Amino acid sequence: MNSDKEMNSMSTISNRNLWSGLLFGIGFVAFIDEAVFHQLLHWHHFYDKSTTNIGLVSDGFFHAFSWFATVWALFMVADLRRRKAWQPTKWTGGGLLGAGGFQLYDGTVQHKLMGLHQIRYNVEILPYDLAWNIIGFIMVLIGIKLVVRKHSPSS
Amino acid sequence: MAGLNIHIILTLPFAALLILYITAVIVSSQRQKPWPLYRTAFWILGIFLSIMAVAGPLAAKAHHDFPAHMLGHLLLGMLGPLLMVLGAPITLLFRTLNVRTARRISQLLKSSLIRFLTDPTVAAILNVGGLWVLYTTHLFMVMQQSPLLHIIVHLHVFLAGYLFTVSMIQIDPAPHRTSFAYRAIVLVVALAGHGILAKYIFACPPNGVPAAKAELGGMMMYYGGDAVDLFLIIIFCHQWYKAAKPRAIVQSQKTNEC
Repeated sequence: MNSDKEMNSMSTISNRNLWSGLLFGIGFVAFIDEAVFHQLLHWHHFYDKSTTNIGLVSDGFFHAFSWFATVWALFMVADLRRRKAWQPTKWTGGGLLGAGGFQLYDGTVQHKLMGLHQIRYNVEILPYDLAWNIIGFIMVLIGIKLVVRKHSPSS
Repeated sequence: MAGLNIHIILTLPFAALLILYITAVIVSSQRQKPWPLYRTAFWILGIFLSIMAVAGPLAAKAHHDFPAHMLGHLLLGMLGPLLMVLGAPITLLFRTLNVRTARRISQLLKSSLIRFLTDPTVAAILNVGGLWVLYTTHLFMVMQQSPLLHIIVHLHVFLAGYLFTVSMIQIDPAPHRTSFAYRAIVLVVALAGHGILAKYIFACPPNGVPAAKAELGGMMMYYGGDAVDLFLIIIFCHQWYKAAKPRAIVQSQKTNEC
């Protein structure tokens, strides 16, 4: 009875689950970054004197995008659920991929290359950078594993 | 005394809009079913918050205190317009006026000028671009000395905020509807432009603003903008969700209603 042509194919459903997860993952990790590292721990700084202009612009776009992506991803989940097409495993995989990918980008390009701000100040930064990026990398690996896993027909 | 006059002049249009809206609610509700109370509440709150930014203690403090000025900007340029858009004034106008006048206004809304002004890109440039001009040039300092410029800048901030909001979410009839994807991209870019400007203000205070005040003001702009925009994003995505409703569900609901 599903008359919607666009949602008929399994690949479209699969892609939407992946995208929704990715967007939510990026948005969620950006939210954790803001809430935990900026506001609660006060490790990160709002602005750091060494911030480059490109760093400022990159941060602005990622922040705006993640803010929008979090909300939109959740509405996409609601849309998939009303179509009975939500695939939690694929979605979680996408989420870890998005979260890990953003964490790696933030930890390498934004923190190191663009000098936006450091993870923490007045400490030996190397262990923090390593932990930050290794956690991101592990999230990406698990994400890929979940995304490529064959979808079980029961769910 | 000049300061007092500026505040009165800027309050007048909002007071007039409030009286017109309430009159329209009373008149139209006598002939048709009552106008939703929550729409009236949105409108009154939007007007009230906008007036707070242009008159009264906050506006008086904003002349010499940058964080107070920034709070005013968030109210006049973002939260006030959003609430007023949710008041659906054009819908109310249409149900109050006779058919002939309503049709004439409808023609006006369909004009190419309105199409141009309510295009998301144009509205975003007027809105965020205007703020960049205000805070990165001498305009901010000059505005403090010139009553006329003060009035123009404040009216611009409100009108640009309203245009931007109507270009993003559709509460009132909108003859020039643009796609969700286009609006989403412009919304993210505009939000980014607002956030980048906030951090820029933090780093490079506008002329005449002490560093500590600029830092506080910049952070208020950043997080306050995020808070108001979160509501805008939720309404936007909810409208997408309603529009993307699969036909099977629409049909089953229709049969249920019959």
